[in-house]
Amino acid sequence: MSDILDILISANFWAASLRIATPLIFGVIGALVCERAGVLNLGIEGIFTAGAMAGWMAVWLGTGLWGGVLVAALAGAFFGLIHAILTVPLGLSQHVSGVGVTLFATSLSYFIYRTALPDVSSPPRIDEFEPLNIPVLSDLPFIGPALFQQTSLTFLALLLVAVTAYVLYRTPLGLAIQAVGDNPSAVESQGLSVYGLRIGVVVVGSAIMALGGAFLTMSAFDAFFFGMVNGRGWICIALTVFASWRPGKALLGALLFGAFDAFQVRLQTEVGSFIPGQVFLMMPYLLSIAALIVVARKADYPRALLVPYFRGQR
Amino acid sequence: MIRFEPRGPVAVSRMVAVPVIAAVAALILAAVPMLFAGLSIFEAYGLMAKGAFGSMFAFTEMLTRATPLILTGLAAAVAFRAKLWNIGAEGQLYAGALAAVAVGTGFLSGPSYILIPAVVLAGALAGGLVMLGPTLLKTKLGVDEVVTTLLLNFIILLFVQMMLEGPMKDPMGMGWPQSEPILDEAALPKLMARMRIHWGLVMALVASLGVYFLLKRTVWGFEIRAVGENAAAARHAGIPVTATFIRVGLLSGALAGLAGVGEVAGLKGYLTADLSPGFGYSGIVVAMLAGLSPIGVVFAALFIASIFVGADSMSRATGVSNYLADLIVAMALLCVLVSGLFLRFKIRFVGTASTKEAAE
Repeated sequence: MSDILDILISANFWAASLRIATPLIFGVIGALVCERAGVLNLGIEGIFTAGAMAGWMAVWLGTGLWGGVLVAALAGAFFGLIHAILTVPLGLSQHVSGVGVTLFATSLSYFIYRTALPDVSSPPRIDEFEPLNIPVLSDLPFIGPALFQQTSLTFLALLLVAVTAYVLYRTPLGLAIQAVGDNPSAVESQGLSVYGLRIGVVVVGSAIMALGGAFLTMSAFDAFFFGMVNGRGWICIALTVFASWRPGKALLGALLFGAFDAFQVRLQTEVGSFIPGQVFLMMPYLLSIAALIVVARKADYPRALLVPYFRGQR
Repeated sequence: MIRFEPRGPVAVSRMVAVPVIAAVAALILAAVPMLFAGLSIFEAYGLMAKGAFGSMFAFTEMLTRATPLILTGLAAAVAFRAKLWNIGAEGQLYAGALAAVAVGTGFLSGPSYILIPAVVLAGALAGGLVMLGPTLLKTKLGVDEVVTTLLLNFIILLFVQMMLEGPMKDPMGMGWPQSEPILDEAALPKLMARMRIHWGLVMALVASLGVYFLLKRTVWGFEIRAVGENAAAARHAGIPVTATFIRVGLLSGALAGLAGVGEVAGLKGYLTADLSPGFGYSGIVVAMLAGLSPIGVVFAALFIASIFVGADSMSRATGVSNYLADLIVAMALLCVLVSGLFLRFKIRFVGTASTKEAAE
């Protein structure tokens, strides 16, 4: 019991929670805006991989860290555009197109990485983002190391939550995005383009997802590995439902998830000898399924999610 | 703007044309990454063709690779027919393989005519039961099955690793995390001497015919198709929608489980955690290329298998990454989605002005 308390009162645990949550925040926000506009984006797992690889490779080729972030976002936007074209004007199955984009983005990323670096025994490393040292805040006892010694990308993720919430609820654009996911023909009758809005949102949302991947190679680790995304994208899709498509709840969900993951890793070092490591590694996935079950009854899906819209057709 | 005009009943020739066009398009698009990797295009295609069809050995290797793809392709096809989005064939494959190993490495003993059916049944049952969970969550609680089946893939693979490092580890395995070998009496026999091709292929072909008859000729098959067309209308017409989803889920999972049985009991002889290089996910591509037709799945699986085997061989000869195969397969999926539009719709490109005129 005291072990558990020890974990909870260590600043290190809270810092790890926030660190684990960061890619999920990007992923959930990206998935959330796409779904708010009526498009399920199962390309997310591949877009994470593409963002991780493209961002890392750009930095490795010398663009600098923020250049890498931009390249990652552009890679995400590219795959988002493919998904958007297939699902919005062409109205193809969002499930199958999303899986197709994931397979395409993942295999293309692996292929490019392997082609650029044919035979390296250990993956080359880059100088990753360093934790920021914010005057005063970072030096506070406990709170400083727990919350304010993160890299820029973590703060960018938090800022993004606020911006998304503001745009979604306080601007005409946000209202139009919500409407296009609930009742597209009403949007069309207002003289707005359903296709334009949906394509735009999916492209931007996918760029945001890719930042989650970029965080993995440019902040959490300093290299690219095969299989490093490891289902994080799918977890984000589950968290989006759990967050009932609200940015604030998405942040909360990602943080809870990060805290749980950080906690179980620490618990593992306490009881690891009794329980096989795989049981702990399963936890994130089991937790995601549990989260889906908890909210299943009251999940309020955007009403036009998965429904293709054809102009002039009812 | 683009307008889609639905076509009426579709001619078979067009149904065949769509995947062929998609396959050719994917192969042509593959030239881009090949050029990027510095390959000479025609030499590369030649090496791929030779790798998949160039010798009896190459050809049987291709058929061996197609065996699990037929089964995971059927798993996806039958589920997608009912719009049950089972993306979990990868996990169900491993569950089937694990059950086959659990039964076939000494738990039972006896002659082949008892052990082989036992191993096959155990694998099918395990795959079906794994898919039963997400299906029940969907029908009873409304939990989206896409995410649960995807997440289960990771959970099951970890479970397999746990078993292979723990209770099911082969004590004679030199410390490697692998299961004990399947008993000779439980192994699917080889089809040809000195080749790896095995009876799993026959099992896959029989499964494909079985699914074909189920879908075309039985009440259950009719119900599956009706639920896929429009679940609400099917319910209204008195079709037991929930029961249909459960049947489809069990069948789809069982087919994927059989793919795992074939790989351990027919090919490898024991289970490792890297048994499948993504057969579950490739099965989705197979099913889509086949237009969800159970007979088409066989041909689509042969195509995808020849890409994998051909690209592997080309990769060994030229040193280019064999992720090229995965890339071509992914592009084939995107291409078949687009070319499928031409099957279902006449596509008209019309100016906005003419649309207005037409309205007036």
